[in-house]
Amino acid sequence: MSALTGSTGREGRRSILPWLAVPALLFFVGFALVPLVGVFALSFTTWDGIGTIHPSGLTSWRAVLTNPGLPHALWVTFLVMAVSWAVQTPASILLGTFLAGRQRYRAVLSLIYFVPLLLSSAAIAVAYRALLDPNFGLGAGLGFEWLSKDWLGRPWLAFGVVVFVVSWQFVPFHSLIYQGGVQQIPQSLYEAAQLDGAGQIRQFFSITLPQLKYTIITSSTLMVIGSLTFFDLIFVLTEGGPGDATRVLALDMYKRGFQAELMGPASAIAVILVLMGLAIALLLRRLGGRDAGESQLEGA
Amino acid sequence: MALSRRTLLGLAAGVPASAALAACGSSGPGKGGDGAATYWHLSGQPQEGVRTGAVERFNEANPNGQIEVTTFENDAYKTKIKTAIGAGKAPTIIWGWGGGTLRTHVEADQVDDLTPWFDENPDIKNRLFPSSFGAATVNGRIYAMPFESVEPVVLFYNKRVFDDVGVEPPQSWDDIMSLVPKFKAEGIAPFSLGGQSRWTNMMWLEFLFDRIGGPEVFQAVFDGEKGAWSHPAAIEALTKVQDLVKAGGFIKGFSSITADSNADQALLYTDKAAMMLQGSWSYGIQQSEGGDFVSGGGLGFMNFPPVEGGKGDPGNSVGNPAQYLSISSKASAKQKKIAKDFFATGVLTDDEVKEWIDTGAVPIRKGSEKLLAESESSEFLEFVYGIASNAKTFGQSWDQALSPTAAETLLDNIAKLFQLSISPRQFTDNLNKVIGK
Repeated sequence: MSALTGSTGREGRRSILPWLAVPALLFFVGFALVPLVGVFALSFTTWDGIGTIHPSGLTSWRAVLTNPGLPHALWVTFLVMAVSWAVQTPASILLGTFLAGRQRYRAVLSLIYFVPLLLSSAAIAVAYRALLDPNFGLGAGLGFEWLSKDWLGRPWLAFGVVVFVVSWQFVPFHSLIYQGGVQQIPQSLYEAAQLDGAGQIRQFFSITLPQLKYTIITSSTLMVIGSLTFFDLIFVLTEGGPGDATRVLALDMYKRGFQAELMGPASAIAVILVLMGLAIALLLRRLGGRDAGESQLEGA
Repeated sequence: MALSRRTLLGLAAGVPASAALAACGSSGPGKGGDGAATYWHLSGQPQEGVRTGAVERFNEANPNGQIEVTTFENDAYKTKIKTAIGAGKAPTIIWGWGGGTLRTHVEADQVDDLTPWFDENPDIKNRLFPSSFGAATVNGRIYAMPFESVEPVVLFYNKRVFDDVGVEPPQSWDDIMSLVPKFKAEGIAPFSLGGQSRWTNMMWLEFLFDRIGGPEVFQAVFDGEKGAWSHPAAIEALTKVQDLVKAGGFIKGFSSITADSNADQALLYTDKAAMMLQGSWSYGIQQSEGGDFVSGGGLGFMNFPPVEGGKGDPGNSVGNPAQYLSISSKASAKQKKIAKDFFATGVLTDDEVKEWIDTGAVPIRKGSEKLLAESESSEFLEFVYGIASNAKTFGQSWDQALSPTAAETLLDNIAKLFQLSISPRQFTDNLNKVIGK
């Protein structure tokens, strides 16, 4: 009898469980799927944001795909993604490993490192723009000639500034992930290595780094996917300029949609962005093997 | 931002940017009940005070025809008004900038044709600057009432620096080019420019096109004539701008300076630059932020000089001929009547004209010379009034005259032109592609 009640209880719970997902599902459908379908539909129309929406077949897609701006925006997006990954990953691993140690004041340090993440992107961009001003910024104020360059006015300098500021903002977050990842590594591994006479550096490369494999994949996925949506920071910092030197895809979408009032082409770019995000996420999952997802939960 | 000049327009002449920003805020959308007319406009002092003051006086005088005001911060307004018009929920009275944006509204049948009303009330039309109607006119019909103030682009200069170097303000383009090495030798930038904002660079082209080829050159672009950008005068103007860039005419790092932080204007009043091409709204900003620069007689101003052999009238000007009020075609008959009553009796009244002058602006109503003369800034205000009332052609800022689609391409290419990353020929090719779009 008791076994029976137990099983009905479990079955009862089982039949309720799917219903618990309904609110979340409704939100997902309402705020993710419906707009996604809407954007897809809009990409086959012409619309200036005010007047009537005219179905126009592939016109918008053709406009986007034949526009020389697209390969450029793709290239800039890829460059920002790759370079900011290459800058952030080593920095975050080293910082995360350091913060996972047992030095004094570590807690205080990790608190300080974390501050950039707490600031809004717009505030960071405004602050950096003021600091880098060639005539009234930090360089001019301190009298350092080398610092008062046309930081945001030369294409490659502006690109460098964007990567630097992005890294400055997000390294703290990824350090935190790596800190968690390092703390998960069993101490016994290090003890064994020490017995074998391995030094700090050897321990880092032979134990810490290999053990962080899944954490690296998790963190890289977040970085790469996140970099597809960089918008606010670049918008405020350079507005895609000088010229179109830092115009990433998301910015291109905004400019076409809301400044040039070309909602159709902007929607087409939005679709391209979604597809790119999905493709990259899948690729990274492949690279990480099947259990990468689980490690993500532990590592974060 | 491309939005930035409009931000500047919204900013007070005479009030520090920070104060104006702090004053920005938006109340909720108006209810529009009881058949009252609704009116959305920009927040930010002191203009907001003048605007709401006009409505309060009107409401007091017309107990049966009330207007409900909702104010928005500049950028929020642009998004909000577009969404509202698109959804058929526009306010009765739409505040705007005329030009390309008004054209979009007209083409979507969202605003009323005011031509018959102006024909019936010629005295209302006749008391406003004639030059202000161009940007209110689409296909020969008037869709908006010009009001508020005129804002021409002016060549400002720093008298202190000119005295130090011992030179005179330029009377021609050749003078400009010969002043460049003289100022550079003294370690002073000839021209300040907030080039990241892009529309700042555009003002140079607006004047050069006009002075070299006359107003017809841009008019052809505006009218959507095929290949209009390739006019020889256009090529000459674009080449002249690049010559000035190559000669080092603009301050170091100009393409990373923004105008919405007023950094370009600060360069002028801190004696780092000798001259600057900016809208007349800059006067109030320099007055409030430049210490004793303006009050001590440091600021000089003049119209853009002629170019040797150019066809354009040197009296012509460019900039913002006025601000504009349209009536939503979706409003009820009663609401439309209130709006028209407001246009007739509530806008640019004697009280309002005086208030505009107090803010350092020149209202677009004819015959305010006496009031301008009494103002503290009379010298500058009379200068602006003179430009606005004497200009044979008062060209509207290109980015506002063109459709948003064409304007965005224009601003992008202007930035590249000033960076010397495209040639005049590439510039015209790129822009010919978006003519009429």
